[in-house]
Amino acid sequence: MDNKINIKVNINGDDYSLEVEPNTLLLDLLRNKLGLTGTKLACGTGECGACTVIMDGLTVNSCLVLAAEVDGKNITTIEGLSKNGELHPLQESFIEEGAVQCGFCTPGMILSSKALLDKNPNPTDEEIKIAISGNLCRCTGYKKILKAIRSAAQKMAC
Amino acid sequence: MHTNTRILANKFEYLDPKSLSEALNILDEYQKKNIKILAGGTDLLVKMKTIELNIDYLLYIKEIAELNFINTSNGLSIGATIPFSHIIKEDKIKTEYTALYEAIQAIAAPAIRNMGTVAGNIGNASPAADTVPALIVFDAQVLIESKQSKRTLFLKDLFLGPGKTVLRNDELITRIEVPEVKPNTGSAFIKKSRVKADLAKINLAVAVQRKGQNCENCKIAFGSVAATVVRAENTEKLLEGKALTEELISKAAQGVADEIKPIDDIRSTAEYRIAMSREMLQDALSLAWARTYSEAKPNLKGGGE
Repeated sequence: MDNKINIKVNINGDDYSLEVEPNTLLLDLLRNKLGLTGTKLACGTGECGACTVIMDGLTVNSCLVLAAEVDGKNITTIEGLSKNGELHPLQESFIEEGAVQCGFCTPGMILSSKALLDKNPNPTDEEIKIAISGNLCRCTGYKKILKAIRSAAQKMAC
Repeated sequence: MHTNTRILANKFEYLDPKSLSEALNILDEYQKKNIKILAGGTDLLVKMKTIELNIDYLLYIKEIAELNFINTSNGLSIGATIPFSHIIKEDKIKTEYTALYEAIQAIAAPAIRNMGTVAGNIGNASPAADTVPALIVFDAQVLIESKQSKRTLFLKDLFLGPGKTVLRNDELITRIEVPEVKPNTGSAFIKKSRVKADLAKINLAVAVQRKGQNCENCKIAFGSVAATVVRAENTEKLLEGKALTEELISKAAQGVADEIKPIDDIRSTAEYRIAMSREMLQDALSLAWARTYSEAKPNLKGGGE
């Protein structure tokens, strides 16, 4: 019944040619096949945002994307943010502002913020809240997260 | 029901045509088999994980370039695979089809709006679908194609019940057509949900066309209050030909609950839905009526609570 699918995908700047099962999720591919465990699995139904990655510039829930669907796409995961050992300004700000508690929502939270700042470098608080509305933090540290995103936006503007 | 949303256990064959004719050929060939159509996946994959659905074949249509479009030159023409977040970039949606703009903004969260499609929202046939009431008040039609035939239906005539439509197994929704909005039309969409990203406890779209001081034409559609999205036709008739004063809007709200058939379910109760239908109708009518006088000023938050 099931067929194997060959895909070509760019993940964090690296090209991969992979063979995947039809029922392999993008999340499974990242975590289990490529060892990119920064992308988290929590609800599995697209409600919590822990599995958020950026696909061709837009955030998606990798728990609801088939690996087969990403043929020809560019994917950014949390592992792709730091460059030459330097953290991305968002990662720095999350640490500086204490916006990381248990840390499970953090990768998704940062990628949703990055997708926002890439398009809108100077967002209002309302725009930030909308951008991270699909990322649930059960430690409920939203104020510090908001502060971290504002501070990263300022750093990136300089 | 056994639920494990951590994996997709269902084994199936993946079919990914690159053209519409190829997709319609596949649907024709596999129509008697257990096949489903995948676009955004935000509903379908959840159902497959929770084993509400176990399929043998999956037809992935999102790489079909000819379905990935939006055309605003004459009304709206929305291709089956264009995601919500691309659609609302069109200024015309915000300024002329305001209720649709607000409905899309009220759907879940950005990542879901980057994935999901209007055709999927329709085809999934949830009575709580946010775009459906908004499209119905603009008289939207759906183009349905198969290898053998092509037909156009008013969206309101597509649904038979929760998860059920008149679509045959060999048919695909290929586009949604919405006519031009008449001058002096205002519209609004309001949704009540537990938190903004949730499905609607109740949602509502209205569109009113003003002629002079009076309401020439009025359309009201409620979601999540019956087996399908429903029009409140008696209330529409009550309002047509009159000025939408506070008194008249209040009178309309008294009667509107007779036109819906809500139930108690996991998200809300019939009692709450009936009470809210009256309040929401007043708010939506007042907002839409005010918008017939001025440039549309949609609520960026999308109406969620």
